[in-house]
Amino acid sequence: MKKQLRNPGLWLALAITAAFALWPALASNRAYARETSFTILKAVAFAASLNILLGFTGYVSFGHIVFLGLGGYVGFYLMDTFGLHLALAALAGGLSSAILAFLLGKAILRLRGAYFALATIGVNEAMRAFIKNFEPFGGPIGMTLNFGVYRAYGGPDQALWMAYIGTALLTIVVVLVSFLVKTSRFGLGLMAIRENEDAAEVMGVVAPNAKTWAYVLSAVFPGILGVLFFFKNGNIEPRDAFVLHQSIEGIVMVMLGGHGTVLGPILGAAAYQRLRGLLLVSPLFKNIQLAVAGVLLLIIILFIPAGAVGWLRTRFSRLRRVLV
Amino acid sequence: MKKFAYWIMVMALLSAFLAGCGATEAPPEATMAPETEPTAAEAEPTAAEAEQPAGEEQTMVIGFTTSQTGSYNVSSLRQVNGLMLWMNEVNDAGGITLSDGTVVKFDYKTYDDESTTERVQELYTRLSTEDNADFLISPYSSGLTAAAALIAEQYGKIMITTGAASDSTYKEGYTLVFQAYTPSSRYLTGAVDLLAHVDPSVKQLAFVYENDKFSTDVVNAANEYAESLGYEVVLFEGYDSETKDFGPFINKILESGAQAVMGGGHFQDGSTFARQVHEKDVDMNYFALLVAPPEPDFADLGDAAVGVIGPSQWEPLAAFTPESAAEAGLEWFGVLGSEFDAAYQAAYDEEPSYHSMGGYVAGQILQKAIMDADSTDPEAVKAAMEAMDMLTAYGRINFDTSPEAHGLQIGHSMVYIQWQKDDAGNLVKQVVWPLEGKTADTLYPKP
Amino acid sequence: MLVPSLMDGLLLGFVYGIAAMGLSLIWGVMDVINLAHGPIIALGMFGIYLGFTGLGLNPYLMLILVIGGGLLLGVLIYWVAVHRVINAPHLSTLLATFAVNMIIIGIATAIFTTSPRNVDFNLGGFPVGPITLPWTRILAALASVLVTALLYLFLYQTRPGKAIRAVSDNRAAAELMGIPTSWILALAFGLGTMLAAISGGLISTFFPFTILAGSSYELKSFVICVLGGLGNPLGALIGGLLLGALEGIIPAFMETSWVPVLEFVLFVLILLVRPQGLLGSKT
Repeated sequence: MKKQLRNPGLWLALAITAAFALWPALASNRAYARETSFTILKAVAFAASLNILLGFTGYVSFGHIVFLGLGGYVGFYLMDTFGLHLALAALAGGLSSAILAFLLGKAILRLRGAYFALATIGVNEAMRAFIKNFEPFGGPIGMTLNFGVYRAYGGPDQALWMAYIGTALLTIVVVLVSFLVKTSRFGLGLMAIRENEDAAEVMGVVAPNAKTWAYVLSAVFPGILGVLFFFKNGNIEPRDAFVLHQSIEGIVMVMLGGHGTVLGPILGAAAYQRLRGLLLVSPLFKNIQLAVAGVLLLIIILFIPAGAVGWLRTRFSRLRRVLV
Repeated sequence: MKKFAYWIMVMALLSAFLAGCGATEAPPEATMAPETEPTAAEAEPTAAEAEQPAGEEQTMVIGFTTSQTGSYNVSSLRQVNGLMLWMNEVNDAGGITLSDGTVVKFDYKTYDDESTTERVQELYTRLSTEDNADFLISPYSSGLTAAAALIAEQYGKIMITTGAASDSTYKEGYTLVFQAYTPSSRYLTGAVDLLAHVDPSVKQLAFVYENDKFSTDVVNAANEYAESLGYEVVLFEGYDSETKDFGPFINKILESGAQAVMGGGHFQDGSTFARQVHEKDVDMNYFALLVAPPEPDFADLGDAAVGVIGPSQWEPLAAFTPESAAEAGLEWFGVLGSEFDAAYQAAYDEEPSYHSMGGYVAGQILQKAIMDADSTDPEAVKAAMEAMDMLTAYGRINFDTSPEAHGLQIGHSMVYIQWQKDDAGNLVKQVVWPLEGKTADTLYPKP
Repeated sequence: MLVPSLMDGLLLGFVYGIAAMGLSLIWGVMDVINLAHGPIIALGMFGIYLGFTGLGLNPYLMLILVIGGGLLLGVLIYWVAVHRVINAPHLSTLLATFAVNMIIIGIATAIFTTSPRNVDFNLGGFPVGPITLPWTRILAALASVLVTALLYLFLYQTRPGKAIRAVSDNRAAAELMGIPTSWILALAFGLGTMLAAISGGLISTFFPFTILAGSSYELKSFVICVLGGLGNPLGALIGGLLLGALEGIIPAFMETSWVPVLEFVLFVLILLVRPQGLLGSKT
């Protein structure tokens, strides 16, 4: 542990994350800066969580957004119906996503490659269709927070800052956890599974358990994130909570930065969101944005499959100590 | 030495990223959309400025999103056209002059929300924080407005909602959101009354509606009302907003044996529903749909449109006048309906729908509130809106001020239209209910 | 209620089957799941739309152009995006085809926007007892059967078709026999996207659509492939009919909004229990 903490790569990753998190405190238009940073941090936390499964274990979850949606729904329901505090609701959201991942994991992690990817899409779509019919969660209309809930936190401004700080702390925790996983024995087991699952089992890795725990770990953070995000938005609908497209964007961010590295998803997510933010409000480019991202993804898949950080690591071996 | 090189690297990367962040903040104008004109035909407000030498000029920025694309584009573009017509008229007339000599003029900032809530929240946040809009107008549709209203409240901006009828938005504890439309709970109750009037023998009703905030609010209230009148509701089912195939629902209607069908949702799904009912030669006597029928574009359906009934917030034939205001003891404000109709047709070369009038009246409400408050201070404007009770070409405007339903529209009421064929065989839209405002008798049963 | 809705469902099932067949063919021949399937279906719809509203062409005439366009587009996609990663792990081909999906959607949204479109084409209906079946749907079902028959003729009676089957069985051996495998793979990919474009074109004659509409048919295609067995074209048609029947039967017993829940639960369960598909035999 002590040795792990001396790794400059960890501090670099944490410093970059903290820089994003602290920026709104220094900016002149703080509310606007907060919104921009919120989007970036949300992407970083989601991509880094996904990376635990995708990057370290080699299982491609196409429907990972289901954990963000489900966690968001559970937490939102508790806040809206029982007036639970945001922090507790966030934990409940994380827990429910973790439970779903645990139950699912035992079953669908037996599938390999494309079959697993297809199954995760199926799970996301089934969940969305189910929530649409689930009346306690508002069915197809979803739920809206009564504005009184924000007043309980000292007004909407306070409440938004609280959601922001929660997201910032969560992102830092995700980065830390993903570093600890990567440098631990558990992480080595996962990477052995990624390289060759059968060989890993022969070497003594209990693959079903290791995969399931990786899946749970990568699901718990999106669950918490979902609660914070939908608390900020103030409403939740099946259409917005289980957007298949967003989970694939998550994969793009991981691939862009470099899968299987700690720093990669952070840089990939930040770069992707920045690109999106720039093009978002331009009528000419707001749709091209998707095409630009597509071309970028295609180039990476075809020519630099290891992503930016992975490429730097292979190209400049001296950087490996810093770029974990 | 080696270590030093690493840390240089680290710092360089870090500062690159910080600079990256900083850049997002610094030149917002460079990345901003050039304000896209909803339609080409717009007069630039320049001429009148010279006539107002006295007083300081103040420009209020109105922020809103437009569904330039996506499934709400037909209704949303009309709404924005109406709003633009109002803005140009006010600016051309030299703005609003307050008692201290300040001249208030209006400008706007808008983005395309693509008819999705996800973008609405992002964009209203941007309008409230980065663009510093003074007042907000809602996007089109209850679903998008619910998402936008929350942002308005979070950032303390007054928002006038139009094209957003759902009651539930005004029961979330908001204090800055004001509704121009008759709430959805009163959308189809009149259609039930009309049915009872044209054919008292009908006893079985079917509700088939879009599963969204607005339509659900509408049919829940209509269902309750119909049952209180002794109707038997034999089918009550929602369809997904993205539904393309109404086959299963049409089969269920046939199975249920209902003679009257009510429901629908917005323009796209409603017109698809009507088209497929026609294609499948479904025999139904009474067919009332939300939102789609009052739009002039509904006539594109041809024979499928004949006999379809729809609730409307306003029709060009509506006759609200200064005299009727005086009779009702209300203050009259603004132009006559016929004047609005003529100005709108001149500006956009198309017939206005009630969504166009909705955009126009949202502007009028803001204008009147600023005039009454004699100030642009949000607190004073809010107080003026709470006290407002006026009659315009659109009808009466009066807001609920109770904490339970603050901002809900309680003054305005609906009319019902039906598409009929005139003697020459052309499709025409007739007002059929309430009886005192009707322009034709109801065509019943639907052919 | 059951009979009319079953008829509706089965007629649609044929068209769904064609869409799934495209996905299934590509999967069977080269082990690639084409995530650009949905946008290509949508492009097929827009092809008909542009021909019909822009040039005033009969939709069925326009379909011939769409068939050619679909084939060429597929060959192009294969060479640009798939060929380089054809032997890489599944993740690479999934992401490469998804990148194509993003590019098509991005460009097409910029051109066409996401506003709904409608091919206003009505041939009237064919009365069957108390119900009326629109001719557009009957013709779509007939066209689907014809396309399936032609595909089988092509695969079993022509040299390129036999080459596709050979490459699908054993790529290395086919290469040794002098078959230009890369071109054959490109051709198979082209056929797959052509089927997707045809199904989109047929759907556009009776349902409204947007540029994003393809994704729901793509998801249906996944379900159908798993029902009928991945990599088995005839299975895809049968799977399509099964799905159509399900969509017809389920609403008779519960709210229509439960249809997708049951569909996707079934999908995941079949993947878990019989990944080769309900009717799948080829492993």
